[in-house]
Amino acid sequence: MTDRFPGVRFAAKRLLGAVLVLLVLSAALYALFYLVPGDPAQLACGERCSPAQVAQVRGQLGLDEPAFAQYLHFLQGLFAGRDYSAGTSLQHCAAPCLGLSHQNDQQVTTLILAGLPATASLAFGAMVVWLALGVGTGLLSALRRGGATERVLTVLTLAGTGTPVFILGLLLLMAVCAYLQWLPFPSYVPLSQDPEQWAWNMLLPWLTLGLFESAKYARLTRSSTLEVLAEDHIRTFRAYGVSERAVVTRHALRGALPPVIALSALDLGSMMGGAMLTEQLFGIPGLGRLLIESVRSVDLPVVVGVVLVIGTAVVLANALADVLYALADRRVVLS
Amino acid sequence: MTPEQPTGSAAEADPAPAESLIDVQGLTVDFPTGEETVRAVDDLSFRLTAGQALGIVGESGSGKSTVAAALLGLHRGTGARLTGTVRVGGIDVGTASVRELHRLRGGTAAMVFQDPLSSLDPYMAIGDQIAEVHRTHAPHVSRRSARERAVAVLDRVGIPDAARRSRSRPHEFSGGMRQRALIAMALACDPRVLVADEPTTALDVTVQAQILDLLHDLRTETGMGLVLVSHDLGVVAGSVEDMLVMRGGRAVERGPVGTVLSAPQRPYTRELLAAVPRVETRRVPVASTAVPSSASGGDVLLEAVEVRREFGRRKDRTVAVDGVSLTVAQGETLGVVGESGSGKTTLGRMLVRLLEPSGGSVRYGGRELTGIHSDLQMVFQDPVSSLNPRRSIGESVADPLRAAGTLTDAEITRRARELLERVGLDPRWYHRYPHEFSGGQRQRVGIARALAPGPKLVVCDEPVSALDVTTQAQVLDLLAELQRDLGLALVLIAHDLAVVRHASDRVVVMRQGTVVEEGPADTVYDAPQNPYTKALLAAVPVLDPAEAALRRAARRSADSGVLRAAAR
Amino acid sequence: MLSALVLVALAAPLLTALSGQDSYTYHDELVDSASGGAPKGSFGGVSGEHWLGIEPGTGRDLFARLVYGARVSLLVAAGATLLQVVIGVSVGLAAALGSRWADQVLSRVTDVMVALPMLVLAIALTTVVPDDFPRPLLLILVMGILNWGGTSRVVRAQTLTLRRLDFVAAARLGGSGPLRVVRRELLPSLAAPVITYASILLPSNIVLEASLSFLGIGVKPPTPSWGQMLSTATTWFRADPMYVLLPSVLLFATVLAFTVLGDAVRTALDPREASRLRVGTRKEKTRD
Repeated sequence: MTDRFPGVRFAAKRLLGAVLVLLVLSAALYALFYLVPGDPAQLACGERCSPAQVAQVRGQLGLDEPAFAQYLHFLQGLFAGRDYSAGTSLQHCAAPCLGLSHQNDQQVTTLILAGLPATASLAFGAMVVWLALGVGTGLLSALRRGGATERVLTVLTLAGTGTPVFILGLLLLMAVCAYLQWLPFPSYVPLSQDPEQWAWNMLLPWLTLGLFESAKYARLTRSSTLEVLAEDHIRTFRAYGVSERAVVTRHALRGALPPVIALSALDLGSMMGGAMLTEQLFGIPGLGRLLIESVRSVDLPVVVGVVLVIGTAVVLANALADVLYALADRRVVLS
Repeated sequence: MTPEQPTGSAAEADPAPAESLIDVQGLTVDFPTGEETVRAVDDLSFRLTAGQALGIVGESGSGKSTVAAALLGLHRGTGARLTGTVRVGGIDVGTASVRELHRLRGGTAAMVFQDPLSSLDPYMAIGDQIAEVHRTHAPHVSRRSARERAVAVLDRVGIPDAARRSRSRPHEFSGGMRQRALIAMALACDPRVLVADEPTTALDVTVQAQILDLLHDLRTETGMGLVLVSHDLGVVAGSVEDMLVMRGGRAVERGPVGTVLSAPQRPYTRELLAAVPRVETRRVPVASTAVPSSASGGDVLLEAVEVRREFGRRKDRTVAVDGVSLTVAQGETLGVVGESGSGKTTLGRMLVRLLEPSGGSVRYGGRELTGIHSDLQMVFQDPVSSLNPRRSIGESVADPLRAAGTLTDAEITRRARELLERVGLDPRWYHRYPHEFSGGQRQRVGIARALAPGPKLVVCDEPVSALDVTTQAQVLDLLAELQRDLGLALVLIAHDLAVVRHASDRVVVMRQGTVVEEGPADTVYDAPQNPYTKALLAAVPVLDPAEAALRRAARRSADSGVLRAAAR
Repeated sequence: MLSALVLVALAAPLLTALSGQDSYTYHDELVDSASGGAPKGSFGGVSGEHWLGIEPGTGRDLFARLVYGARVSLLVAAGATLLQVVIGVSVGLAAALGSRWADQVLSRVTDVMVALPMLVLAIALTTVVPDDFPRPLLLILVMGILNWGGTSRVVRAQTLTLRRLDFVAAARLGGSGPLRVVRRELLPSLAAPVITYASILLPSNIVLEASLSFLGIGVKPPTPSWGQMLSTATTWFRADPMYVLLPSVLLFATVLAFTVLGDAVRTALDPREASRLRVGTRKEKTRD
């Protein structure tokens, strides 16, 4: 009962830490992308701009202000919104404002929101696959250790960890779509538009990303299950005649799963930023593709915006993972 | 196929009772490890009649724990190879079906393990764990009545406020309470015999006495048998009727505990008994040749004045040592005894300035110590972690000489070889690595290293607690010899009261960071003044079973409140 | 297997000289422009001159490109691993041995570095670097600077454990100063875990390099790279499956081989296994 209070305080402390980390991260990113390289105004304006035009753009973007003021404006935009004057017209950029794209003057926030559903569909679907498949095989190989099952599974997971995701995807694409022709070549259909088409088209990306991740999860589940099974308290219950199944489900899993759950939270966080390789391979218009495209066109505000969003997702997922871990394993909170 | 038995005594000569609860015949256990096979148990036979208690005693590597595990068939599926038969409660453990084995484990024979913290599920309430085990053996019992049963057995083993505490997890219990909980788990299954593998080794001496008393009471009450595995002859002496001495997997001697301990037949048993330090015998004074030794009158070498040490910050702060003052005279041995958490190790580290005191001062030769001083050295407890595994033992001994940088390379090597020889090691072993040596040999290397800078005082922090009893005696003898020859002052820190008495001129008894009693060793041990010292001494296991029974009675009738308070 | 691979990478110029082809020459005559540039001949245009066939579209020799690709992959991965280990060990040691404040700051920084998805940052970082900066070096720097967190964590944890061991206290009592303790007691014991970790880092760096090149942000054409070849292969897998399979198999085999090597190194350096191996190797060192 007395554990409740420190638990809440732990979570609060962890979240506060996460916010601080994000502020530092945003400053570092801002410094890196706006202040170090070349001239952002030139980039924003384009290659063929005259010096006068560049100067005008610099004024519009507030780039003639001192660096610190620029960052403050950026933060102000983030928390309160800000106005941009593009020539004669005035564009208002509402609260979480990450600036305007150099390419088409669209708000970065809008672009990111547009990419989010595709990315989220991919990430959550893949998580279902890796949790079912990875944790399943990991458990199975831990429980059947010494047997042929384990050896087969070990070889499979080893092969899995050695396969880059784009190779796996390419091979699946070749096999399933080109030769067997079981599925059409995936092209993204939003969930809101047609749920059935959405699922069919996402099936292969889910499988690809899920399979790829499940090798890692199989390894983790296996090692953490074996670790718990080797602990003394497992020996106690075996020595009291508790059946192997009860030992595993009631005592071993409780110790083995927290790291798996924590890692899932982390991975989900980093995937919210887009599983870039998978998105690129299957042409899914998510955040990952947005980032790649903006990198290719040197669209700095979009790059910074996407990286910040990814950073936020990761840092929050990190905090969440810590809290989940602490809840599952109360000894962590107490020590 | 009649295995040759060591010429035993009474137990063997008794006509075997019609029904033995445990019947082990020609048990051999091999562990295949890579190229070679290690034989842990070699052709062992013994019996246990219902309600009887048997002690299995041996040093590390004697195979005693392997035997305990074999009784419950715990080697199944581990790759160990067993031959011979093990019958427990009429079931042949070797050929029993999985179902029979599960019924045997807990139902017929229940096991109590050494380390009570790691032996319980850290994620689960203790009451739930006991209830689960109970329901395994009584499947028709409802969840609720299983919980009630758990509370009842917890109450029986002396957990105060059992209903509430049954909802706690293991880390919220003290070491003694956890061991009680494990015993409660065994009780919940109503076993016919309890197999206890070093059940008190991880515990303080006062708690050990309570646990042994509890086991004794439970036996009287329920009539269950007991197999008590221990390295400690004293623990066995007061708790069992028969004992079996093992060495290298074989039975050396067996018989009624009184006979074996008072009139051992075998040389090994005699050696073992001779090596056990006795808390009741006075120390034979070391005739010092170098420095006239005296109980307390010599020149003061080292002085601690009101030293304090705190750990942690603000709210988490704990005081490990709370205002301790003591002096060590030239050439004398000061013993520091205390249970875990008494601050004795922290004090020892402050004396050589490995730790800085939070308050008070340490003076050496009249001057305040400000840092590490080459005259003050230390011998550490753990023979594994106290030597760098990646450096040869000769280089470990030579290291202080190299750091000083005053000798040439050849001189350093020669001096290191001398030191190795001085502590009883072959100087040709200079280039060998720590893992090639036994615990006792490593401890000798540690002593040689401490001697290298030519110290005046050596603090020995539990120098023998990790060693077997025969090795223990040899290392203690070496320390005494070095002290005599070199005129060293020693500070001997130990939890074992007998070891401290055996080796000390004066004794300091510590409890919760303070000194509760101090004086010449014989005075403190023979006429203790402080109630805590009295309780400590009363809890020390003795080798004489009759005396042990008397003490048990005394503990029970006498001021048990003191003991309980002391062991809290 | 691994040594063969490294050998191939090292001997790339020799091998290509042997096959008589280089990795840059276009062979337009060998591709079928009617079908958009698919190679003429079976199995992607395998012939006596072009041992593994040619690249679709351009007709460049596939064998030469694959062999030179191995060179780039291994060079970048090895360089990045080295950089990661150097930074990681320094930061980890500084965190473990420095003041409480330094530890707090360095550990938080490490946490962030470990958590942030590396691919994202690596991609973002490549935008701010001038185009004429040599790409392999850039990849080494970016990967090195972004991915030292794991090493640093391992080193910090290991150092904190080691520092509490009695042999370190004994060395201090023997008169060793802090620097001597680090050099003589800590660093030798850190070698095993660091090497183990590095052997896990290496294959992951190979994958990362391939991934970056796949996304078109790694090695710039015409320098060959497996990832980059696979990226172009996405459009060719129906017409020329060989072009997908060859780099895939090579990349897969390389990563797998290094992963297996990593496992072997870990087993060999495991403290429980080490005692057997240590006897032979260390004696010579101390005798000098």
